[in-house]
Amino acid sequence: MTYFPEEVLEHVFDFLSSHRDRNAVSQVCKSWFRVERWSRHRVFIGNCYAISPERVIARFPRVRALTLKGKPHFADFSLVPHDWGGFVYPWIVAMAKSYPDLEELRLKRMVVSDESLELLSRSFPNFQSLVLVSCEGFSTDGLASIAANCRVLRELDLQENEVEDRRGHWLGCFPDSCTSLVSLNFACLKGEVNLGALERLVARCPNLRSLRLNRAVPLEALHKILTRAPQLVDIGIGSYVHESNSEAYVKLCNAVLNCKSVQSLSGFLEVAPCCLPAFYPICLNLTSLNLSYAPGIQGNELINLIRHCRKLQRLWILDYIGDKGLEVVASTCKELQELRVFPYDPYGGGNATVTEEGLVAISMGCPKLHSLLYFCRQMTNAALINVAKNCPNFTRFRLCILDPTKPDHVTLQPLDEGFGAIVQSCKGLRRLSLSGLLTDQVFLYIGMYAERLEMLSIAFAGESDKGMLYVLNGCKNLRKLEIRDSPFGDIALLTNVGKYETMRSLWMSSCDVTLGGCKALAKKMPRLNVEIINEKDQMMENSHDDGEKVEKMFVYRTLCGPRRDAPDFVWTL
Amino acid sequence: MTSLGLEITELRLGLPGGCPPKEKNEKKREFSEIAEDENSSNSGGDRKTQTKTQIVGWPPVCSYRKKNNVHEKETAKNYVKVSMDGAPFLRKIDLNTHKGYPDLAAAFEKLFGCFGIGGVWKDSDSSEYIPIYEDKDGDWMLVGDTPWEMFTESCKRLRIMKRSEAKDVGLQSRGSQGNLQALVSEEKRVELKI
Repeated sequence: MTYFPEEVLEHVFDFLSSHRDRNAVSQVCKSWFRVERWSRHRVFIGNCYAISPERVIARFPRVRALTLKGKPHFADFSLVPHDWGGFVYPWIVAMAKSYPDLEELRLKRMVVSDESLELLSRSFPNFQSLVLVSCEGFSTDGLASIAANCRVLRELDLQENEVEDRRGHWLGCFPDSCTSLVSLNFACLKGEVNLGALERLVARCPNLRSLRLNRAVPLEALHKILTRAPQLVDIGIGSYVHESNSEAYVKLCNAVLNCKSVQSLSGFLEVAPCCLPAFYPICLNLTSLNLSYAPGIQGNELINLIRHCRKLQRLWILDYIGDKGLEVVASTCKELQELRVFPYDPYGGGNATVTEEGLVAISMGCPKLHSLLYFCRQMTNAALINVAKNCPNFTRFRLCILDPTKPDHVTLQPLDEGFGAIVQSCKGLRRLSLSGLLTDQVFLYIGMYAERLEMLSIAFAGESDKGMLYVLNGCKNLRKLEIRDSPFGDIALLTNVGKYETMRSLWMSSCDVTLGGCKALAKKMPRLNVEIINEKDQMMENSHDDGEKVEKMFVYRTLCGPRRDAPDFVWTL
Repeated sequence: MTSLGLEITELRLGLPGGCPPKEKNEKKREFSEIAEDENSSNSGGDRKTQTKTQIVGWPPVCSYRKKNNVHEKETAKNYVKVSMDGAPFLRKIDLNTHKGYPDLAAAFEKLFGCFGIGGVWKDSDSSEYIPIYEDKDGDWMLVGDTPWEMFTESCKRLRIMKRSEAKDVGLQSRGSQGNLQALVSEEKRVELKI
């Protein structure tokens, strides 16, 4: 072992950006552990209850950027009750005392109060970047604190949050001295915005690269904004409603022509059709297009827009694009890497949607495709086998057939073979979501072939405990497993308990695990929190017997023991 | 379609000035409750009751997106003209911004000050006005008979008619639609079509 001075080690470690690499070097020896911990500036915590803020601070004293995730993924689908947890406040309190240099905070599925935002804005003089994804609990008052107090703010990125809009003038709270903004995304806000303040803000921030507006920003304001910020790289359109041939539209066309750097386009939150040609000049350079919130853009208009986007790498779209539309995508977007097709009308029956044919067309036309989210009404094994052959590079494959137990619509067989082909062919697959009629066989394939799989989502699938065990025993890199409405019970839960300490979390709802099984798990594995979530009956500790099936269970490894902020309906065994 | 503000140039027969603003009192609440009850018994009026049974959290579309798409369907704008007997100019409202009949009644009250208009659906005399609408077939119908969504899809224009005119036609029950056509077509109305 050669001995380097610690400064040299630190310099070398600076080149390590991945958390896993840093985790690895910290385990080499004590001195490397010490150097690494003092030089780690970015920390990622995938489950905010796996560790306490105090312990993070003790291990890593000089953190400048923190990412925290709270609620389990199925909270997105209303499966987790509202006040389950995931509060960021204690983290901000702790960091306020110990991380004076904090610059970045990124939160996902956490509860963020206005109080937290206020404290955040006052505690870190160098704070630059706040990214909130799928969070809730705050209002525009909290945003006003951030705007007013964070002197060197560069990024305020709000993605798909539930924000109480108090219609205050939070945008006006950015002081005149704030000229540092690089990225501003408030598309998820529902209320009115002070347009004058917005325009002035844009005008005085020459480094602004990314701007995503909400639906309250009308077309007339858009052209003024684009004129002030022709350097924008990423634009989210708010409202796009106007009369064609209006003066505002003509001005917009000119403003768009000036925006030569745009690579990413999204929004169109309100659209009056027929005036998209204004954006054709931008389309040639677009690498990312998100029209999944723009149901007003349909039919030929949509197709014509896409025909101009030859360099597209990422496309998010609604399913009324249809198979024909996907064929146009396949023939136009040869650089496509990520495709998401969302359902426009999930409960309506049979309007134009996409089928297996569209997916096959995409797989044939877009060889670089590696990330897919696809909602459809029908699928076949043959199609999936075809897709697996055409696109062996999938890292993320999420297929959702709207009717949860629908078989191959041609052969009426389960879709085991189709998904089996996917996992066998795509050796780099890290994330997989299954749907349709599935037996234990698909899990046998997954356990056998999906070596790199990290996250698996299962719904209405499988026949017996064997299914879940194939996965637990087979997938070496599994980190997150979430299962709903599948016949896996205590045997599946308890046969390989050691596995759960190698994983971040396990979610099981409407399965066959019993209270007794969960208790046994908790007893065997003290470093797991086994949470039973039972909204209906809060006195469960006394009135339930062990044979009763558990409605919702969330298991995760933790160094902190049962959390102290659990609400009444959460029982940690 | 957005309004171009040209309603003021529309010509109508009738006295200048709208009806005097009335004060709201408990009667309005009474109406709202009843209209709500009637709405919830119409399966079409309530967005939550669907023909298929729905599974919680399925399909796995995140709730933020679900709320936004519902909102989107509603904000495909649906502006219709609203005229009121005696008002000098027409108004326009976007039917899709209203969630149901009580909401619509509230909008009428706000626009024209015609208090208690929803009471007509209770067959009460709480208002001197009755809301009617012209449907896709060109027939004049009493507002409130059909589920809300059926109404918003077929309504082309609205009219707030004076009860005194309707009484002549014997508007006792909801069945007497036919008389409305005669009544409306007999009236001489001059309108500037834009």
